[in-house]
Amino acid sequence: MPMPALTTPPAPNVKLRMEHVDMLFERDGKSVSVLEDINLEVRDGEFVCLVGPSGCGKSTLLNVVSGFLSPTSGSVTIDGEVVRGPDPRRILVFQDRGVFPWLTVEGNIGFGLSNLRVAERDQRIAHYVQMMRLQGFEETYPSDLSGGMKQRLQVARALAVNPDILYLDEPFGALDSVTRLIMRGELLRIWQTERRTIIFVTHDIDEAVQLADRVVVLSSRPAKIQDILTIDIAHPRNISSTRYLEHRDDLLRKIGVAYTV
Amino acid sequence: MITLSRPGRWERFFWPLLAAALLLALWHYSVVWTATKVFPSPLSVERGLAELLRKHVLWSDIGDSLRRVAIGFGTAAVVGVPLGLTLGWYPAVNQVVNPVLQLLRPISPIAWIPVAIVFLGIGDRAAVFLIFLGSFFPIAIACVSGVSNVPSIFRRAGRNFGLSPAQILTRVVFPAALPQILVGLRIALGIAWLVVVAAEMIAVDSGLGYLVIDSRNSGKRYDLVVAAMLLIGLIGLALDMGFRQFEKMRSVRWGFGHES
Repeated sequence: MPMPALTTPPAPNVKLRMEHVDMLFERDGKSVSVLEDINLEVRDGEFVCLVGPSGCGKSTLLNVVSGFLSPTSGSVTIDGEVVRGPDPRRILVFQDRGVFPWLTVEGNIGFGLSNLRVAERDQRIAHYVQMMRLQGFEETYPSDLSGGMKQRLQVARALAVNPDILYLDEPFGALDSVTRLIMRGELLRIWQTERRTIIFVTHDIDEAVQLADRVVVLSSRPAKIQDILTIDIAHPRNISSTRYLEHRDDLLRKIGVAYTV
Repeated sequence: MITLSRPGRWERFFWPLLAAALLLALWHYSVVWTATKVFPSPLSVERGLAELLRKHVLWSDIGDSLRRVAIGFGTAAVVGVPLGLTLGWYPAVNQVVNPVLQLLRPISPIAWIPVAIVFLGIGDRAAVFLIFLGSFFPIAIACVSGVSNVPSIFRRAGRNFGLSPAQILTRVVFPAALPQILVGLRIALGIAWLVVVAAEMIAVDSGLGYLVIDSRNSGKRYDLVVAAMLLIGLIGLALDMGFRQFEKMRSVRWGFGHES
């Protein structure tokens, strides 16, 4: 199959580019295609959600983009530089159990800061304790935190090393629906103040429409980009407005197609 | 009647004490009813214990046993923990060494006594070697499985934050495996205490094991035998309870039922 040439030159503010990313896994001697010809450009400071049926390869794509897996073919470049492995400039936040249970809240936030001077480190920790509303829990261990606080802690630990990009892999998937709603608000608040590029994997349609600048719809396995929706509603978004519901229904329709193909 | 209220404070002590008292009574009356000439009653054991305490050898016997355990168990920990961490960290090396470990592990340290005496002679070194053997395998194996059970999510987080492999081992894998390592150490300490008694019956002429066998050999003093047995039990219990204090350290408590 001939590879389609990139017709448009890259926009100047592109942060991350996936080009013809394919991923094959060997399983029982057979090769299974998980990702097929993924092409996507993410702008600096953009909030992109990846949605798709469960098991379609969303997490695999995030692992490729964050450098934990090498694509079978194709490439991922960030600021024009090919990704060759995980890097503290881009932090992956896991669904749950990502925080270190043997460290306190402070210890977790400061985990990636061991090369800073103590004063600077403490200042950075204090800043993110405050930003993620963990005041009063500095000396607490994760086992004594609620699920929502643990995820706030994981985000704080990620932000503390000052990454350009945050990869979030269903970060609120294990939380109850009210906490999830609160956490989305918190994430938008820090995204707006800190302006990082965010790639957010979810299978929750509402979550995607509430958060994203663009929603990338992946098909079921092998995952291909089936559609990209731009959600041009300013934050804070009214989740019962007609515009919001139109976007949501549009997305639902597109996912519905994805489920039946 | 079933109630949801927690048992009262007094009940936590009352029932175990009652059980102990019943057991002592059973022991006492069994001795009386069977009219045994050999097995001592609780009262004569108590007198035997008092006699041992008056004779100052008891303290040096306890000291000798504890010293042997400290050296044998300590060496096993110092060798076993790094070795186990290394094997867990390099699965390829573990595949080579594991069959040997698994073969040696089920051999009771008692079976090593002849070998120990041939190489180390009769004396402290043989006893310490047996304790070392008895505690080394559970420690090494706990470390191997502790390391391989560390969730990959922790290692990946470590890599993501730019840690070198050595830093991942010390800052991620070791603290993540520490609860399981502590369990291995605790099991090993219990085994060390079992082995020291056996080793002292054969290889040396001091310590609590020697006290047991010597009380029997020099005049069939079964009151002293049972008194020494009780002491062995009490000290073993104290060692275990002492070691359990480590499980309360804040940085490992998550691994002991306080699931995060």
